[in-house]
Amino acid sequence: MEFSSLTFLAALPEFILIFFALVLVLVAAFARHSDGHIKTVRTISLVGYATGFAALFLLPQGATEIFNGMFRIDGLTVYMKGLVLLGGFFACWLVGDGWGEGIDRAEFHLLVLMAILGMLLMISANDLISLYMALELQSLPLYVVAAMRTGSLKSSEAGLKYFLLGALSSGMLLYGASMIYGFSGSTGFSEIAASLTTGDISIGMTVGMVFLLSGLAFKISAAPFHMWTPDVYEGAPTPVTALFAIVPKVASITLILSVTYNALGEMAVQWQQILIALSVISMIVGATGAIMQQNIKRMLAYSSIAHMGYALAGLASGSMQGSTSVIIYMTTYVFMGAGSFAVIMTMRRDGLPVERISDLSGLSSTHPIQAAGMMVIMFSMAGIPPLAGFFAKWYVFLAAVDAGLVPLAIIGLLTSVIGAFYYLRIIRLMYFQEANAPLDKGGERQNRLVLFASLAVILLFFFFIGPVHDHASSISGALASFS
Amino acid sequence: MDAYLGDYLPIAIFMAIAISLSLAFILSAFVVGSQKPDIEKLTAYECGFDAFDDSRKPFDVRFYLVAILFIIFDLEIAFLFPWAVALGDIGLFGFWSMMVFLGILTIGFIYEWKKGALEWE
Repeated sequence: MEFSSLTFLAALPEFILIFFALVLVLVAAFARHSDGHIKTVRTISLVGYATGFAALFLLPQGATEIFNGMFRIDGLTVYMKGLVLLGGFFACWLVGDGWGEGIDRAEFHLLVLMAILGMLLMISANDLISLYMALELQSLPLYVVAAMRTGSLKSSEAGLKYFLLGALSSGMLLYGASMIYGFSGSTGFSEIAASLTTGDISIGMTVGMVFLLSGLAFKISAAPFHMWTPDVYEGAPTPVTALFAIVPKVASITLILSVTYNALGEMAVQWQQILIALSVISMIVGATGAIMQQNIKRMLAYSSIAHMGYALAGLASGSMQGSTSVIIYMTTYVFMGAGSFAVIMTMRRDGLPVERISDLSGLSSTHPIQAAGMMVIMFSMAGIPPLAGFFAKWYVFLAAVDAGLVPLAIIGLLTSVIGAFYYLRIIRLMYFQEANAPLDKGGERQNRLVLFASLAVILLFFFFIGPVHDHASSISGALASFS
Repeated sequence: MDAYLGDYLPIAIFMAIAISLSLAFILSAFVVGSQKPDIEKLTAYECGFDAFDDSRKPFDVRFYLVAILFIIFDLEIAFLFPWAVALGDIGLFGFWSMMVFLGILTIGFIYEWKKGALEWE
């Protein structure tokens, strides 16, 4: 293999993150716990994400495959990597300095950085081997950070549950990958796609595809593979929940997108059924499960299950319009997640974080800015025009209807009406309910900045929807199904 | 495609033989063997004296920590040998790949040393 400068350049963001991760390992090794090193560590990782993001603009234009075809960059992967790095930056920035719960350690930022690196590799994966390696690089640090609050039984439970179900899903994914390898004779996405163009689709290939998608459905917590999500969201320390809510699903959805549209494009009839089933069940479970929740992290867990259902509805349409709608959906998803957790992480009473939904009552009188921000985000999640969430859902349902999946779009519309109930309940609590015990004043500066940034995107999305849609549509053209 | 799947025929035959043989052994033990259980046969086997205490005691976690650290460096050796043999063919790129790998491993080693993972007490 020739190691040209192109090889280096095409994976530049990954190399930058590796460099910063190694620096953080050394900092974590030499810094003592007592001194204020956590600020330094956080600054280093923030600089890492920012540098990685800047490096995205230096990448070679057009589609390139390096490392013997294992790693692919094109417009789509660059865009998704930008979203992941932005989400990682937000999640890392939101942590703040004074957050206890066992995550005030250098190792936390180190592990998150490595998980983000794994997500970047996932997005670029162009081979079953690199897919699995990247997925594990992403998952292993996330298992650890979920259990980072060592004194808490819930956090340990969250970590263990996430680890066991993650291991199960990896097993299913590997089984599917081995079937696909066995019946196509190759692990490369383009070779698999080429093998499908000749002759009929064999049963073994279908079985492999189902297992592979089931494994990936675990990672995006699509129902019926969602059981871990509420417990992990609730048990993990809130900054970790914020990370879970903002970033990993962008990478996993991109992986599903590239597996279905790049590798298995010829099997669209087969995987459409799976994605439609996943989408319908996720939308229903997400919308109905959230109604009874008392904990805001659990509620947002169900809300994210529902969001994945909508994103999968776009994917299931199997058209270029569908992939475009998913890209737009994930863009808005990152900002809605970052904004909502920017508010939740300012919720403290007597210095301790609170996370019950009822604690939000009367927020409009004590924290008018946060309450207004939360209201906009909840309206956006419920899909009220002209906010970002409306356009995301609009394009998804439009793609589904154009692909002839009218029942899917109808179920999606009905579940978003159900979903609107619990989003609006939060607004009612904040504005029409007296506070029983007011939350602490203030909140850190970076929380407000992240909130403002997210609000700017959500509120002004209709100005950019034309260019965003055009860009998403043009980068969808890089997928093998459409070229 | 059929020829390709044909390559897997030996492993399929092997699996069939393995499963049927092991099933035959287990089942024949039930069918042929004479079974007369009594108290002494059902108690735990001990060499001469009763068990001192419960076998389900927590054990020191350092054993497995050291074992894991050992495996990392064991794998490094396993990686270094073929690299050393093939160094003439893989050229400068191969040389620097291994140097980067060793560098990353060294940083990990520094971390575990500073964190006291190698200290027994």
